[in-house]
Amino acid sequence: MAGGANVTVLDLEKEDLRAVNQRLQGADAGGGPFRVLHPRGAHALACGLTAGTEVEIEGHTGYYCAGMNEAARVTVKGNAGVGVAENMMSGEVWVTGDASQSAAATAHGGLLVVEGNTAARCGISLKGGDIVVKGNVGHMSMFLAQAGNLVVLGDAGESLGDSIYEARIYVRGKVASLGADCIEKDMREEHRADLRALLERAGCADADVGAFRRYGSARELYHFKSENLDSY
Amino acid sequence: MCGIVGLFLKNPALEGQLGAMFTPMLIEMTDRGPDSAGIAIYHDAAPDSFTKLTAFHPAPDFDWEAVCDSLRTEFNATVHDRRNGSHIVIATDAPVGKAARLIEDADPRVQIMSAGTAIEIYKEMGLPGAVAAQFKLGAMSGSHAVGHTRMATESAVTTAGSHPFSTGLDLCLVHNGSLSNHNTLRERLRDHEGLSFATENDTEVAAAYIANRLDKGRSLHHALEDCLNDLDGFYTFVAGTKDGFAVLRDPIACKPAVLAETPDYVAFGSEYRALVGLPGIERAKVWEPEPAVVYSWGGRA
Repeated sequence: MAGGANVTVLDLEKEDLRAVNQRLQGADAGGGPFRVLHPRGAHALACGLTAGTEVEIEGHTGYYCAGMNEAARVTVKGNAGVGVAENMMSGEVWVTGDASQSAAATAHGGLLVVEGNTAARCGISLKGGDIVVKGNVGHMSMFLAQAGNLVVLGDAGESLGDSIYEARIYVRGKVASLGADCIEKDMREEHRADLRALLERAGCADADVGAFRRYGSARELYHFKSENLDSY
Repeated sequence: MCGIVGLFLKNPALEGQLGAMFTPMLIEMTDRGPDSAGIAIYHDAAPDSFTKLTAFHPAPDFDWEAVCDSLRTEFNATVHDRRNGSHIVIATDAPVGKAARLIEDADPRVQIMSAGTAIEIYKEMGLPGAVAAQFKLGAMSGSHAVGHTRMATESAVTTAGSHPFSTGLDLCLVHNGSLSNHNTLRERLRDHEGLSFATENDTEVAAAYIANRLDKGRSLHHALEDCLNDLDGFYTFVAGTKDGFAVLRDPIACKPAVLAETPDYVAFGSEYRALVGLPGIERAKVWEPEPAVVYSWGGRA
């Protein structure tokens, strides 16, 4: 975070959640930076930020932290609850601990980095955002994902990429199982370049791109066909 | 929705503070379950050959003294009683099954909430804060406690339909979710295992199932593992026995759960915010229990 002298400290033990969110949302472009103390698992913290605000949250957050984020850079120094960075449009959300279920659900853009693990359904219905998880992801991750990338440096749980559309998944570790219509695909140079760029943005430029495998849609289930009934 | 909290002390020096640590956890889960709340607390173990029965009657002027007297004369038993709000704790050396029947037969509105040497279950309709205040939960000591705030989805909002459920000595179960095969399982347990049920509630069936497995010699840990084979539906369970505490989520982890552990305690919350007031939580190991994995502490786990 930028220079200590300019940092505005907001303490959720002293101010209520709505007041803190209004301060964060009211910041002009480039406003802040802010440090938020004692989040105490509060829901919907730092939601709906629309400027390039920098926010550092000292502790664990509740549901939907940094939801609908646009342009802001939000760091959670701790664990994040369900739906962190859900419906993010742009900007960056960084979680130093673990994230719960449905991280970056329906995100249209921006980057979510999780230093630890995520629970189930990471990147569900992703619409163009990028996600880098340095640990493992839970079951049904990237369910129905339409566009964007998920990079997993650890392992992926059951039914990875179930009913996936044109999103891409890169996994370095083991995949417990692939979901319906999700298959392993060739790593071409364009994918290696994308992956390298994502790893660099997530601060792990030293990770070997060659150790990852790529998964995506087999494009068999885009349109309903009765002979595919067993696959759903 | 529903909220669940649980606190299992590893450090006995904290037992005097159990209620004070636990009450804010329960109240924090009010917006997950404002219909009713319940608590199972393990404390104040009855002397050898005694059992504690916790019973409820909705009328504040119900004549519990007459019930205690008939226990004394019927079984030539020693009876100690302690009123607490709409509940009473009766400690007696009378045979537990017969004593429970006599208490329940005293009035159609009497309900036995729990039986065992250490367990006491208190539950009531209304906001969790009001329920905790009625029973003076904050002042209670004990080794562990499990609580539930209910947003009813599956059966009526009544005191009897509130959690925790207890269907075996010193056993309690709280549940967030809904089971889809509880009717067939209830029939199976009724017809083949001779169990009886007080409500139409799905959680009561799960509690009876676990009690039945424990009766067959399974540990709490293994009894919960058995649930994965025989229960269908959504569930996050927290179960307590006299000296054990266990957590299980269904294989697709439909309902939320957070665990925290320090050298002093293990704490469970439907959400992390239920745990934020606990001492040393900043340094606790905090994690989300994996789906279909049993976590257990103490007891015969």
